[in-house]
Amino acid sequence: MSAETSWLIAGTVPVPDFPLQDGAWRVDAQDPATLFSQGTAVPVFRGTAALLAAACLCCEVLGAPPPGAVLAGDTGRGRGSRAVYAHLTKTMQERAERGITFHYLMPDVRWHNRLLDAVRRRPVRPTLVADAGFMYAAKMSGFAAEYDLFTPDAGEMAFLADERAPHPFYTRGFLLHEDQRVPELIHAAYEGKNAAKHLLVKGETDFVVEQGAIAAEITTPMVPFLEPIGGTGDTVAGIASALLASGVPMVRACILAARVNRVMGALASPTPATQIADLLRHLPEAARLVLQERDASAALVR
Amino acid sequence: MRIRDAVHAFLGGRASEKRAKTEEPKAGGPEKDGAGSDCGRAFLVFEHTGEVMRAEQLLKRAGLSVAVKGPPPELRTGCDMVVEFPLVEELAAMKALSAGKVRPLSVVPVRGALLEPVSLFQIRDYGEWLMARAANMKITAEKKSGRIVNVSGGGCPDVPYLAASLVGKHLWGPDAAPEPRETGHTLCGYALQLAYEEVKRRLS
Repeated sequence: MSAETSWLIAGTVPVPDFPLQDGAWRVDAQDPATLFSQGTAVPVFRGTAALLAAACLCCEVLGAPPPGAVLAGDTGRGRGSRAVYAHLTKTMQERAERGITFHYLMPDVRWHNRLLDAVRRRPVRPTLVADAGFMYAAKMSGFAAEYDLFTPDAGEMAFLADERAPHPFYTRGFLLHEDQRVPELIHAAYEGKNAAKHLLVKGETDFVVEQGAIAAEITTPMVPFLEPIGGTGDTVAGIASALLASGVPMVRACILAARVNRVMGALASPTPATQIADLLRHLPEAARLVLQERDASAALVR
Repeated sequence: MRIRDAVHAFLGGRASEKRAKTEEPKAGGPEKDGAGSDCGRAFLVFEHTGEVMRAEQLLKRAGLSVAVKGPPPELRTGCDMVVEFPLVEELAAMKALSAGKVRPLSVVPVRGALLEPVSLFQIRDYGEWLMARAANMKITAEKKSGRIVNVSGGGCPDVPYLAASLVGKHLWGPDAAPEPRETGHTLCGYALQLAYEEVKRRLS
């Protein structure tokens, strides 16, 4: 781990036997299809690699130090996830990062609770962001409210709203048009104490929520082909992490992240067959454009 | 994910035995909850979700009426499922599983409501491409060729691995992609299998 990094990303990569690595990664802005670290290369296809690549690219634009990452190979059996859980639990008291984004980890409530307990024992509590499998575990644990930000999509919002569902696969009432039901799902999630302090709900409309109240709705630019492209949700979480790492306040960071992701998509003119690395090529330009928007958040906040 | 500990606690220690056992129903038969109708069903518990997917396939091939469900709260660890089947057909079920070299940790009579998986699909037509969604997983294929162009959604760690094995391959033909159930291990992997079957059914 490095004291130079102010933010940590924890997740897995779909590479069998990839050993646990705790350190800094870099990505080439001209060719963001691969992440590099000390002679190791990981393809940026989707998942934590996409989140980390987006965070690295955004940090570069912001002039912030790149995030560190704890990664291990996991193809679904959970071995790599358990290695990440165990390593973070063991090293948490020595870590210096002021924020952590937890991502593609096998949802495992027992390991989640051990790790959260280690986080609680830190003298200064880090900002906690959860997405993907770790968010599922955080919700199921009953400690969702201890997190600062969840970044669900509209379907996962229905999962957070269903107090009984242990995984999106079992969400009751997971029917149609969740996008149109997001406000009521947000209300239900907070009623059931199954939401973080803030939510960035990704969908046709992106909702930024603070303590149960909708703080902003982002609808432009509308890029209809983003939904089928694997990794576009991961990049939003990565961009938000980079903005938080550079000191942007939470609500503004979420608004800007949603905007940057949409502008990145619009610049790429994607089809449903476009891959995430093709979008990431446009992230630096998208970030610069959005950050230049005068009073971007003020214009969007309700 | 490992659920052995939870099973052990739930069954009072019997789950740690190497061979699967059926818990004896209480005198008077299985309890009925308010909803009733669970009498005569049982569920099979496995160590990994990947085994659940293989067991479901084996049991269906053997002609058993099975359904994948969410386990009761005592057994949940976060990403797991069980196979519900008619208790009276336990012998046939165990034979089919044994032939397929899949061994359950335990067989438990159903005593309460199990969680129902999401059963509806959402379809989005993008002109040249069709996207099918099951639960939190989406798969998109080119209509004309059946080529899988993207996989999105999900949060379990086999999703990126499965996506890498699917994208660029076809739903049918000599370059057919492996079915997600062959290499998937999680609920997201199972949901992707359902979405895969749906998009294939619609485009075949």
